Amino acid sequence: MSANIPGDVKHAKTHEWVRVRDTLATVGISDHAQHELADVVFVELPVVGRQLQAGAACAVVESVKTASDIYSPVSGEVTAVNQQLVQHPELVNRDPYGAGWFFQVRLSRPAELDALLAPADYSRQIGA
Amino acid sequence: MLKRTPLFAAHQQLGARLIDFGGWEMPLQYSSILDEHQAVRTAAGLFDISHMGQIVVRGGGAPEFLNRVLTNDIRKLQSRQGQYTLMCNERGGAIDDLYVYQVEAEEFLLVVNASRIGADAAWLNQQLAAFPGRSAVDLKNLSADFGALALQGPKTAQFIDACFSSSSSQSLAATLRKNGIARREFLGRPVFVSRTGYTGEDGFEMVAPAEITPALWAKVLEAGAPFGLKPAGLGARDTLRTEVCYPLYGHELDEDTTPLEAGLGAFVALAKGDFIGRSVLADQKTRGTAKKLVAFKSAEKSAPPRPRYPIWSAGPDCRPIGRVTSGTQSPSLGIGIGMGYVPPEMSAANSPIAIEIRGKHAPATIMPKPLYRKS
Repeated sequence: MSANIPGDVKHAKTHEWVRVRDTLATVGISDHAQHELADVVFVELPVVGRQLQAGAACAVVESVKTASDIYSPVSGEVTAVNQQLVQHPELVNRDPYGAGWFFQVRLSRPAELDALLAPADYSRQIGA
Repeated sequence: MLKRTPLFAAHQQLGARLIDFGGWEMPLQYSSILDEHQAVRTAAGLFDISHMGQIVVRGGGAPEFLNRVLTNDIRKLQSRQGQYTLMCNERGGAIDDLYVYQVEAEEFLLVVNASRIGADAAWLNQQLAAFPGRSAVDLKNLSADFGALALQGPKTAQFIDACFSSSSSQSLAATLRKNGIARREFLGRPVFVSRTGYTGEDGFEMVAPAEITPALWAKVLEAGAPFGLKPAGLGARDTLRTEVCYPLYGHELDEDTTPLEAGLGAFVALAKGDFIGRSVLADQKTRGTAKKLVAFKSAEKSAPPRPRYPIWSAGPDCRPIGRVTSGTQSPSLGIGIGMGYVPPEMSAANSPIAIEIRGKHAPATIMPKPLYRKS
C-alpha cells in the first residue's frame, strides 16, 4: 500500500519519524506503523526531563491486541509530551504525522539525523 | 499449514487481516476491532465460527450418557432447546465448555470449542467405550462437515427471517426463544439456527453444511446491510465476550480449573445424580475452592490489562495474588477490564487490586459480573 509520507520528516528503520525545527525534534510513528498496529488504545509516554538515547526503547504504544515498544530515533532531553493522547489515543491512527505526535526532544547529537531515512528511502523500505 | 474454514475466500475478498488462531487462519478484523465491536453493540455483526466443532450423539442411551459426561442436567432440556454446560475430568477440571442442544428426542448436537475438538472427541469416545449402555448410543464427530456463523446484535431479529425464504416456516425472530434451536432450509440443505451467542447481545448462531456456508454468509450480509450489519472478526469477538465476562477455554477454563472456581456453578447440576467430576465439585461446593474467578476494571486510564499479567493485592503490604486470564481495553466502557483468579478471601466486589503492567502497579477494582450491561 502507498502510505502517506510527508516530505519534512526523516524515519528510523523501526518506523518512528522525526521532524526538526532548530534543535527541537518532534517524534511520532509513521502511517505505515499505525496501520500495522490498528486501533491504538493507549500510549505510554516518557516523562518530561528524561534523557533519551537514539535506538533505545522510550515509549509503548498499545493496540487492542498488542503492546509495541517505540524507540527514540534521536538522543536528547524530553521537553514535551502529547497530553492529547491520554484521552484520545486514536489520534495516532487518524493523524500519525500531525496531532498524533508522541514527544519532543532537545537534540543532544544532531548528527544522528544523518543516519535516519529520507522519505524516499523509508518509502522503499516499506515497499510503498 | 494453517487450517481454513469454508469462508476463507470470503475473508480475503473482504480484506480481512488474518491471523493464526490455534492452527486456523482466521480474520482478526476486517475494518477495525473497535468499529466491529461497536457494530455488534449498536446494530449487527457477523462472525465466521466455522472452526468450532459439532458432535452429534444419538440413540436411546444418549440422554443418560450425556448426563454422565456433562455437568448440566440434560433432562431439563425441552425439544429444540439448548443449554450451556461443561465436560469435566475426574478431578472436576474442565475438558471443555460447550452448548448441547436437544434436536430430536434422541438426538443431541454438541457445539464445542475449535481448540478442543480433538480432546472432546477422544474423551467422549473413551467414556462411551466404558459406558454400559453404549450399544444404544451413536456418537459422530461431524466437525469437518459443517460451517457455522454467529450473527449478533440488537438489530439481527429484524432481518434473520429474510435469510431463510420459506413461507411455511414460523418467524425465527418471533418464535425462537433464547437457547432455542430451529431447523431451516437453505439451498435445499438443513441449517440449524439457535438463539444463542457469545457477545451479550441478541443474536442467532447457524450451523450449516460446509458446502453452503459461503452462500449463507453472503445472504446474511446482504440481508443485514440495510441495518448496518458488518463482518466482525476474532478481535471484536474477544472484546465483546470479555465485557460480559464469558469464559474462554484456555484462559478462564482449563483441565486444572473447575467450573466452580470459574463461577459457573449455575451450570453444574450436582443434584441430578452421578457424573464425571461430581465428587470433587460437590466437595468444592461444601468446602470452597482454592481460587476464584473475578472480574475487574482499571481505576484510571492505563495500559490495558492483558492475559498473564500478575494481579497484586493493594496497599503497603501488597503481594502477588493471582494472574489475569483475559484482559483488554473495553471499547464500550472506555477503560481497561479483565478477569483473573485470586484467592476466594480476596475476591469481594469493590476490593482494590493492582495489575502489574511492565513492572508498574496499575490500580484496579474487583467488580461484579458482567462488567458491561445493556442500559
